[in-house]
Amino acid sequence: MDAIFGNLDLWGIAILNTVTLFVGGGLLALVLGTMVGAMRVSPIPIARAVATVYVSVIRNTPLTLVFFFFVFGYPKLDLPEIEFMPLAVLALGIYTATYVAEVLRAGINTVPPGQAEAARALGMPFGQVMSLVVLPQAFRSVVPPMMSVFIALLKNTTVAAGFSIAELAALRATIADSADRPGSVLEILLWVALIFVVLVMGLALLQRHFEKKWRIVR
Amino acid sequence: MSGASVLYDVPGPRAMRRNRILGVATSLVVLAIVGFIVYRFAVSGQFDAARWNLFTYAQVWEGLVQALGATLGAFLTAAVGSMLLGFVLAMGRLSEHAWVRVPVTALTELMRAVPVLVMMMISYYGINSIPDSSFKMTPYAAVVVGLVLYNGSVLAEALRAGIESLPRGQREAGYSVGLRKTGVMVFILLPQAVRAVLPVIVAQLVVTLKDTALGFIITYPELIYYAKYLSSQPGRPLLQAGIVVAVIYITICILLSWFARWLEVRTRRSPKVAAIAGADDDADPRLRVGGTLTETMSALDAPGGGRRRG
Repeated sequence: MDAIFGNLDLWGIAILNTVTLFVGGGLLALVLGTMVGAMRVSPIPIARAVATVYVSVIRNTPLTLVFFFFVFGYPKLDLPEIEFMPLAVLALGIYTATYVAEVLRAGINTVPPGQAEAARALGMPFGQVMSLVVLPQAFRSVVPPMMSVFIALLKNTTVAAGFSIAELAALRATIADSADRPGSVLEILLWVALIFVVLVMGLALLQRHFEKKWRIVR
Repeated sequence: MSGASVLYDVPGPRAMRRNRILGVATSLVVLAIVGFIVYRFAVSGQFDAARWNLFTYAQVWEGLVQALGATLGAFLTAAVGSMLLGFVLAMGRLSEHAWVRVPVTALTELMRAVPVLVMMMISYYGINSIPDSSFKMTPYAAVVVGLVLYNGSVLAEALRAGIESLPRGQREAGYSVGLRKTGVMVFILLPQAVRAVLPVIVAQLVVTLKDTALGFIITYPELIYYAKYLSSQPGRPLLQAGIVVAVIYITICILLSWFARWLEVRTRRSPKVAAIAGADDDADPRLRVGGTLTETMSALDAPGGGRRRG
């Protein structure tokens, strides 16, 4: 237990950074992903093409490489300096947005075609068909897969450890490198694993709860 | 979804004009973003010949091929290993004996919840830090162990869901012709389930390939590690090396994804699968609660995406 209580300050910072990455990346992914998802079903061919290219390029790039470009590559462009944290949030958000977009698109596809047809028969334009009829129904079937996306995002925050961000997975190096910190490397890593198991199980419970609450019977 | 989407009417003259304006606006925004990046590349001298000069050396390309070999080597070993582990875990979870089923289920859930990188770190830094132990892990072994444990548990879940989604009559028919548990599993259930979850397996392979890049963080000399190394060479071509590596990754992953989609189309057309899958269209085993991201994504990638529209 020394590994925990002897390093409480470090654990606090690490968990805070992990949560910052998760929340920041999640919000960015939701906003960007919704835009891209909307573009993928829109009546504008160019918007569809742009969104498709974005999704297929990013989804076939390893997250580590996305981090590589943002954290190592960005400073090479002689732009105003940004700290590592915002860059990492950007990388996580841009990577996760593709998954959010795909889940939204699939959610829209689960709404029976008759719903959209009925809305169109009433004379609604695309915006109203989506916002009043399709999206409210899609939202419910989107929640469980969306939670899967966020669980993956939470686990992906560990990649930031390789890019100078003091989050949970980086704690090992911090403690191993300092002479007087208690706890062995293995001990620390097992605690980190346990924290992730608890967090992921929490999200999974939440997922189950939402699923029950918003299930629609068709 | 080509042309005749149910979400909007065939555009009339006004809608066409509006769509055209929105299309131009979208192109302008995208061009502005891409243009800005290219402009910054030019301003900061990223297009200079000196920065790309390194890639005229055969030695650099040999290094790249070697790094690619390391990536693919870890990927292939992990792919085979995770399929075997997935198979064993799936059988364990479906066991009738609680003393097998309960621990295997707990283990599978546990391994799915721990990030792959943390598993790699445990098997590299963690195991190597045990004092007085002669057993040492190489980065390669750690990458493979991390990938096998995680992907094995994901594949196990997929396979189990595939077996459980088969109609009960299949199992009962097997028993009624006198097969035992093993026979029913091997001759009746598995062949059908494997066929049904084949697209998930290939989709998970794409994830495995992408996750080999995590080896970079535990000093496994794969592609990104090599790119980082190149960035310390004359000309400091960090972005250039990154771009070369990205092109390699994207090409391989897209080829694998295409293969997955081709398999999906092929299996859908097969009358053997259609007979099972046609039973209830809504219960795609990949879209259940607690399903992994790969399962969800591969269901979405399926032609028609989850469910077909009219």
